[in-house]
Amino acid sequence: MVDFLQMVLSGIAVGSSYALMGLGMVLIYKASEVPNFVQGEMALLPIFIAFMLLSTYGVPYYIAFPATLIFALLLGCFLEFAILRRAKEPNVLGLIIITIGMEMMLLGFVSWKFGADQRAMPFPISAYDSIVIGDLFISTLDMLTLVVALVIMLILFLFFRFSKIGVAMKATQQNENAAALMGIKTKQIRMVTWGISSMVGSVAGLLIAPVLVEPYMMWDPMLKGFAGAVVGGMTSLPGAVFGAYIIGIVEHLFGGYVSIEFKSVVAFAIIVLVLCIKPSGLFARHYVKKV
Amino acid sequence: MAFFEVKDLSIQFGGLKALDGISFELEKGEVYAIIGPNGAGKTTLFNCINGIYQPRAGQIMFKDKNIRGKKPDKVAKAGIARTFQNIELFNNMNTMENIMLGRHLYMKTGLFRGAFLWGKNSFAGKEEVAHRKKVEEIIDFLDLQAARNKLVGGLPYGTQKQIELGRALALEPELLLLDEPCAGMNAEEKQDMIFWVKDIQDELGITILLIEHDMNMVMDISDRILALNFGRPITEGKPEDVQKHPEVLKAYLGEDEGECAA
Repeated sequence: MVDFLQMVLSGIAVGSSYALMGLGMVLIYKASEVPNFVQGEMALLPIFIAFMLLSTYGVPYYIAFPATLIFALLLGCFLEFAILRRAKEPNVLGLIIITIGMEMMLLGFVSWKFGADQRAMPFPISAYDSIVIGDLFISTLDMLTLVVALVIMLILFLFFRFSKIGVAMKATQQNENAAALMGIKTKQIRMVTWGISSMVGSVAGLLIAPVLVEPYMMWDPMLKGFAGAVVGGMTSLPGAVFGAYIIGIVEHLFGGYVSIEFKSVVAFAIIVLVLCIKPSGLFARHYVKKV
Repeated sequence: MAFFEVKDLSIQFGGLKALDGISFELEKGEVYAIIGPNGAGKTTLFNCINGIYQPRAGQIMFKDKNIRGKKPDKVAKAGIARTFQNIELFNNMNTMENIMLGRHLYMKTGLFRGAFLWGKNSFAGKEEVAHRKKVEEIIDFLDLQAARNKLVGGLPYGTQKQIELGRALALEPELLLLDEPCAGMNAEEKQDMIFWVKDIQDELGITILLIEHDMNMVMDISDRILALNFGRPITEGKPEDVQKHPEVLKAYLGEDEGECAA
């Protein structure tokens, strides 16, 4: 029983970073209707910027982390403004290819500028200390990830519920033409959505970085986050979070009870299963337009 | 200078001239209707005015400023609101939120003041209360009380049309474009809509540009009518004159009508 609870707890902890990546992808999917494969690399470059600031220039954490997040915001806005928006009447396939292209560009840039060796980022708390709750262990970093993920979800919820930009984003996602006619600058809104998504992803990245920094570090969280988002329905923010936690927990249980070797594969088996049973995802809401 | 004026407006899609040299003027406070068979270019004209389409030639003058080529949000800001033929609401939001979005242009509270300054007497609080009052006025005006907290996606068609009208009114426009406000409504709903359009004209003093197929409504409420066919104007004038115009009859009833009768 203790084993089981321990695995669930670790699953929730690792699911938190998947959840952040999934949230980022869902935000962009809702705004631009494209599965965003550059999500991981949109976080990767800011992480390396943080790494550079911290280890090369010795900038303190309390400046380096906010600076990184602001850089992530600008990077997301830039990618949408400079590349995606320039696509002339693109279809979904074209947009996907564009995101993959951006992903390769950023990955190449990071590998060229910072090198591909594995490192760890200096971080205020150690990745190898643990907190003990009863018989259960959770590392302080996992605990921090969990808390930060919950705080970000709360902020996003409040943002979409109460802020003017947040409501404008929701409106733009639901009906772009009508939103424009309400005086909402829809293009600008889409750009800011990319920026916010990039920021959310970068937070996940910053919380993974103390363990490992290398150019491919964001691949796994991104794919798992994507898997979680698909399980949740791709259009629902709570769905993405829930899906990501399911993936995290099932992955750990599978690793513990069945096979540690195939642990990573299980996420994708879940996608297949969910798509067979409920293709629109567990949380997708559909409103059939009455005519 | 007229309050609102369209001069020689033309737009092409490929080889198709969807609009070809449309010109008309609106006086402040009047109801001006545009009629014509399907495909005549009525909705295209609205889309050009709103900035959804970018016409190549012509002018759209609103209060002495050319708004042709402006983006939709700029046109909204200039004081032009519209409703759609096929309802374009925010389906996953309730009626209140939909109409509230019409107030978007008037909201000043930014992220910081919204997040950190709370309470009824704060700037954000006062602003929120003011906007909600305005929305309640519109809800009362259009009898939407019963639908206030329901998601609009599941509401009856006629109610959705009303909500769209309410959302457009929330922008406090000077010119309101109504794209087939009565389409798909039953007789009772149509009658209500006619009253509201008259009220909007009389009480709120909003100028209305209207597309409608229901001739009874058009004849009842419009001050002047423009008839279009194949993107070209056929005739313009008072309802009773337009109704009798031979070209209009031909466009609506078909080319052979005269020969058959003869």
